[in-house]
Amino acid sequence: MVENRPWLTLLSHAVLLGGVAVVAFPLYITFVASTLSLDDIVKVPMPLLPGPHFWENYSQVLTAGSQRGAAAPVGQMMLNSLIMALVIAVGKIAISIVASFAIVYFRFPLRNFFFWMIFVTLMLPVEVRIIPTFKVVSDLGMLNSYVGLTLPLIASATATFLFRQFFMTIPDELAEAARIDGAGPMRFFVDVLLPLSSTSIAALFVIQFIYGWNQYLWPLLITTDESMYTAVIGIKRMITGGDALTEWHLVMATAMLALLPPALVVVLMQKWFVKGLVETEK
Amino acid sequence: MAQISFRGVRKSYGALQVIHGVSAEVADGEFVVIVGPSGCGKSTLLRMVAGLETISAGEISIGGRVVNRLEPKDRDIAMVFQNYALYPHMTVYDNMAYGLKIRGLAKADIDARVKRAAEILELGSFLERRPRQLSGGQRQRVAMGRAIVREPAAFLFDEPLSNLDAKLRVQMRAELQALHRRLGTTSLYVTHDQVEAMTLAHRMIVMNAGRAEQIGAPLEVYATPATTFVAGFIGSPPMNLIPAQRGGREVLLGVRPEHLEPCAAGDAMLTVDIDLVEPLGSDTLVYGHLAAASGAGARVAVRLHESVDARTGRLSVRYDPAKVHYFDPQSGQRIAT
Repeated sequence: MVENRPWLTLLSHAVLLGGVAVVAFPLYITFVASTLSLDDIVKVPMPLLPGPHFWENYSQVLTAGSQRGAAAPVGQMMLNSLIMALVIAVGKIAISIVASFAIVYFRFPLRNFFFWMIFVTLMLPVEVRIIPTFKVVSDLGMLNSYVGLTLPLIASATATFLFRQFFMTIPDELAEAARIDGAGPMRFFVDVLLPLSSTSIAALFVIQFIYGWNQYLWPLLITTDESMYTAVIGIKRMITGGDALTEWHLVMATAMLALLPPALVVVLMQKWFVKGLVETEK
Repeated sequence: MAQISFRGVRKSYGALQVIHGVSAEVADGEFVVIVGPSGCGKSTLLRMVAGLETISAGEISIGGRVVNRLEPKDRDIAMVFQNYALYPHMTVYDNMAYGLKIRGLAKADIDARVKRAAEILELGSFLERRPRQLSGGQRQRVAMGRAIVREPAAFLFDEPLSNLDAKLRVQMRAELQALHRRLGTTSLYVTHDQVEAMTLAHRMIVMNAGRAEQIGAPLEVYATPATTFVAGFIGSPPMNLIPAQRGGREVLLGVRPEHLEPCAAGDAMLTVDIDLVEPLGSDTLVYGHLAAASGAGARVAVRLHESVDARTGRLSVRYDPAKVHYFDPQSGQRIAT
C-alpha cells in the first residue's frame, strides 16, 4: 500500500518499534548479564548497563568453561555444533535433491509409493521416533560420535518435498532439449538442474543449518562425553540444579556465543535466502 | 541431409490409440508441415520422430536408417520447442554450444559454428546475454540457432511461433522460409495454424483424430480437399458444405466462400438470408443461412469483393459448377467429379 497519511506512518512505526523492543530486550539482558560478575547478576534489581567483565567472561567460557557445571570449554562445543549443523545441512540437501531428482525424472515401479513413504515421515518428528532411533544408534556403537549426532537427522522429507515441487515447475521441454542435445541424466542433473536450484539450495541451507544448530533433545540423549557436547547442550549442562550456584554470567556468555553462528548465517545469506523463497527463474 | 519416412506408424497409451497408422514420406531438403486441430496427434507424431515418445507400431526412418530404438541424441535431429526450452542459466552462446560440447567437438570448431549461426540469425550482439534478457522473437532465434549449430539431418519444429504475437509471427515466418532456402535442411514442422501451413509448406500433412487425412502441396490441398474435414480446416472462412442431391444420391456440395458471387434474384443458385456482415476492407464476409430449396437452413459464408450496405436481408448468389466439390455425407470422402 502506498498512501500518504502521516499519522498512519507514525503509528505503524510505533507498532514496529514496540515489536522490535519486545524481541530485542531479552537479548539485550542476556548481553548485559554476560558482561557482569556473578555478584552483580544476583543483585536485585540486576543492572541494566553492561559491566566491565566482558573479556574476562568470554575468554573463560571459550577456553576453560564453567567450573561448577560442566567444565568443557565452549570453544570445543561451538566446533561440535558447527560440525553437526554443517553435516546435517549439507547431508540433507545432498540426499533430498538426489531423491527428488529420481522421483520427478525417472519412471520406476512403486515410484509414487516411495514418494508417499518419504512424505509420511513428515508427520514423525525426531521426538516421536527418538527412542527407537536411540536404540539403533546405540546398538551400532555410535553414541558420543559425530556420526551418531548427525546421521539420524539427515533424512529429510521437507527438503525432498520442496525440491520435488521445484523440479515439477521446470518445464519438461528443458529435459527433452537436453536429451536431444545428448546430455545423459546425470549430465542434465549437474549442468541444468543444480544451477537452476542454487537459490533453493541456499534457502534450504539456511533453514537446515539453524535446524541442526538448535538441536537439543537428540544431542542431549546421545552425548555423555563432554568433548562431544554441542553449544546448546553446554548451556544446559552449565545450569546446575540443587545447591550449587549457577554461574549465570558464564551461561549468558555461552548463550550469546551460541546465538552468533545462526545469526551470521541468516545475515550473510539473507539475499540468497529471500531469492530462493520468492524467485522463479525459469 | 536426409529423407524421413513413416510406415504405418501407430501410438497408443495403454488401450487408447491416438495415432492410427500414418504413412508418409518427407523428401531430402523438403519442408513438410503437419497441420491439424489440437489433440489430433500431430505433436505426438513429431515427438516420435525426435525419440521423445516411443513408437507403438510401425517404423520411422531418417536417412534410410530405422530409428525406432535409437536415443534422441543418436537420431541426428534437432528440435525447436514451442516454449523455446532454452537453458535459463546459460548465456546465448552457451545455449547454442551446449550440445556441441557434449558431443566433444573441439573448442575452435564450436566457436566457429556458433559464430556462424549467430551471424545467420543476427544474434551476434546478444551472445553474452541470458535468455530472460531477450524478447520472445530473439529467444526463438536462439532456439533455432541451437538447432542450426548441430548441423543435423533434419529440423523438427513443434509449434515454434505460437508464443509470439501476430506481427512477429509473420516476420519469423518469412525468416524461417529464408533460413530453409539458405540451409536446405529437411524440416518437419507442426502447427495448428493453417496460414503457417499454407505459407511455409512444400507439402503438408493434414491430420485429424490420429489419421493423415490428406498429404499434398498446399494449393493442391486447397483446390481438391480429400475429405470434408480438410475442406473445413483449410481455408478461412471454411468451405460451405450444403446438403444436396446429385445423380439421385445424397451428397454434400462444397463451395468456397470466394467462389460464390452475387447475382440477380432470377439467376440465383442459392439464396442466403444474411445473419452477419463483416467488412474487412479488402473483402466483405457475409454469413447467413440458406433460405429455400434443398439444404434450407445450412450455414453459408460468402466472400464479396465489394462492400454491401445491407446488415440483414437476402443475397442471391451463383457459383461456377466447375469450382464445386462433392463429398459423401456419411464417410466425408471426396466424390470424384
